[in-house]
Amino acid sequence: MSYGVTRPIRSGPRTKGARGGLPPFQRFMDAHRDHVWRFLVSAVGPTDAEDCFQETFIAALHAYPRLRRDSNLRAWVLTIAHNKAMDAHRARTRRAVPVEDVAAVDGRSTSPRTNGPDETLWGAVRELPDRQRSAVTLRYMADLPHRDIAEAMGCSEEAARRSLHEGLTKLRKAVSA
Amino acid sequence: MTTGADSGFAELEQALCRGRHARSGERETAAAAAARLSARIATEGLADIAYAPVDSPFGTLLAAATGKGLVRLAFPEEDIDTTLEGLARRISPRIVEAPASLERVRRELDEYFAGARRAFELPQDWTLMSAFAHKVLRATYEIPYGGVSSYAEVAAEAGSPRGSRAAGNALGSNPIPIVVPCHRVLRSGGNLGGYGGGLERKRWLLELEGALPKRETGSR
Repeated sequence: MSYGVTRPIRSGPRTKGARGGLPPFQRFMDAHRDHVWRFLVSAVGPTDAEDCFQETFIAALHAYPRLRRDSNLRAWVLTIAHNKAMDAHRARTRRAVPVEDVAAVDGRSTSPRTNGPDETLWGAVRELPDRQRSAVTLRYMADLPHRDIAEAMGCSEEAARRSLHEGLTKLRKAVSA
Repeated sequence: MTTGADSGFAELEQALCRGRHARSGERETAAAAAARLSARIATEGLADIAYAPVDSPFGTLLAAATGKGLVRLAFPEEDIDTTLEGLARRISPRIVEAPASLERVRRELDEYFAGARRAFELPQDWTLMSAFAHKVLRATYEIPYGGVSSYAEVAAEAGSPRGSRAAGNALGSNPIPIVVPCHRVLRSGGNLGGYGGGLERKRWLLELEGALPKRETGSR
């Protein structure tokens, strides 16, 4: 949706004193790894998260020097992470779900978690259709604002809001059931 | 944090955000995954620069290497981010922390500080030096362990009509101190002159190498 106004140039969290250049890649990774990791664990489960995490940052490293220095780095890296998560989902759909992955999705293969209501909730998140799951995880795990969710999902901001709304509606039903 | 359009999700959103905080223990897992990733990036040669802290009698130095070799050695007082940002601007922002890639630098420096090494053999990358600094530091590099030279001499060696002041500036810009031994260049007449790492360290290095008599006390 355009109102004929140029969108202001936004920039993501910056390394202090970067003086206009791209931060060193290590600093970029330090600044965004927690969000990317949380997003991936929620989106694909802990088993696939490690591979997706590595692929995300290696793809980012390749493209990094060509990036505009005023880029929104968090939205950018989560766009890549989102694509990797979708790839992982497609790959998982192609192969039958092996037994250990079922355990992983339950969260048993990582740190022990209580199987409380929050865990049920995140189990329900993983059951959401792709776009809804993406919108919910990008919003609540990666902490992205709507316009960045739209950027990461490659859709309009309105479509992102709609996916988020549909996802939340479905989740509310799932957890109150 | 609300979706704005619909406030009926407040409870659900709270639960989703709680999920995020409950997972903050995963920060360690993320840090470990990132460290594995940095190591892999360095091993596979995907980064343009690897860096690591290196312990020394002066405190923790920062060492950075390109594929060609050691490109920067920074003293403890130098701000790490400023150093890394300088490298990002001047060489490449593809910079990762990878201690394994700096193993040889660490070993040779350890040996040097222990008095067990008189010459560095580690590969070096002199691309941060200007053409003139390159010449001056090349002349400086030829000064043997235990020896000293003067600003005027290295200026002459560098074929410079610009004299010792310009040579002093070039030495001050040395991106790889200690390894490129700018501490061996003194003012004519034996005055120590200057040193980027501080005169006390210059004296300490010259004492270590036996170019100056060791004082009773004092380190660093």
